[in-house]
Amino acid sequence: MDVGIILSIIISMVFVNNFVLSKFLGLCPFLGVSRNIKPAISMGMAVIFVMTLSGLLTWLVYRFVLLPLGLVYLRTIVFILVIASFVQFAEMVILKKSPALYRALGIYLPLITTNCAVLGVTVLNIDTFFVNGKSLPGGLVLTLLQSFFAGIGFTLALLLMAGIRERLDLADVPKSLRGVPIAFIVASLMSLAFMGFNGFRF
Amino acid sequence: MDMKKTLKEFTKGILRENPVFVIALGLCPTLAVSVSLENALGMGLAASFVLLFSNLLISAIRNIVPARIRIPCFIVVIASFVTIVELLMAAFSPQLARQLGIFVPLIVVNCIILGRAESFASRNTVFLSVLDGLGMGLGFTLALSLIAVIREFLGSGKILGHVLFESFPPATIMILAPGALLTMGLLIGLINLITSRNKG
Repeated sequence: MDVGIILSIIISMVFVNNFVLSKFLGLCPFLGVSRNIKPAISMGMAVIFVMTLSGLLTWLVYRFVLLPLGLVYLRTIVFILVIASFVQFAEMVILKKSPALYRALGIYLPLITTNCAVLGVTVLNIDTFFVNGKSLPGGLVLTLLQSFFAGIGFTLALLLMAGIRERLDLADVPKSLRGVPIAFIVASLMSLAFMGFNGFRF
Repeated sequence: MDMKKTLKEFTKGILRENPVFVIALGLCPTLAVSVSLENALGMGLAASFVLLFSNLLISAIRNIVPARIRIPCFIVVIASFVTIVELLMAAFSPQLARQLGIFVPLIVVNCIILGRAESFASRNTVFLSVLDGLGMGLGFTLALSLIAVIREFLGSGKILGHVLFESFPPATIMILAPGALLTMGLLIGLINLITSRNKG
């Protein structure tokens, strides 16, 4: 596998095709949990964790169960079930093994099941790394990389937004724009800045 | 049951409890597919179909499903209807399926659908749930179309593919990501302004 592919996946997922700012995936937590930096960090960590492992699990299920049995059309149902049960399982394990970590991530885990960024990345993995029903060479590694860095990109956008919104609290925003509307306008300006990364070509 | 109350379950989704503008649910597909009115209508129709049938089925089985595992059950019901839509769309309108792409399977995690299943269909009769599903679906489609009309008009100078002006170049930024977020922010702001004027 050549390093160029790895680099292009990293830059594409974190900057050029940032899940939140250019693909509109995961907007609900992006607006909901970005009021302060601290919860934003926890949420970001939880998303990276769930995305990477769901990416891995769904790839395995697709490659070794759905493809051989010719059940590709059940993809959506199976993936959402895999993600939901994985999140439930992770929640129980973390509660048992590390109460401190549970306090930090706990309430964010169930929310992640319905985060479209997670289902989004699993479907995207399958769409990019399987061609005509065959896995590309090194598909599993590429899948892991793409899922992990999609999570990093989400966290980056979330943290930037949280930083801006902490300062925005002190600003004199017109009454009807307070809250969600101004957050959208800020996100629009951020997305404009991220469009600059489109110049990266490999 | 009196007629007025029944009708209200239908109309609330269109304006008063509009899923997109008032409750701010289902934002991801709203912003991503509102590039053109055609895509918006396709997406609205697909989501309304899923919403209608999942509401119908969930309210029909609401007394059989144990409370503790209801959310996974709802998700399976919703995912099944989404798969039906995916297959139908790929068969009858492959071009639309290509344009909506990843957002067709993502109807599963559209918060509007699970939200209505949990807060309405699991507590009401089949008839009322169907009305609620229709109203919410219509409200979603209307909101989506409104954003799409603004973006398609400003961003590519067209409506439904018909060229409306050619004398100056359209602002391409409106059909890109920043335009979507900006339109959404300003529209919600405008709605807040109107509602606060009406109250005070």
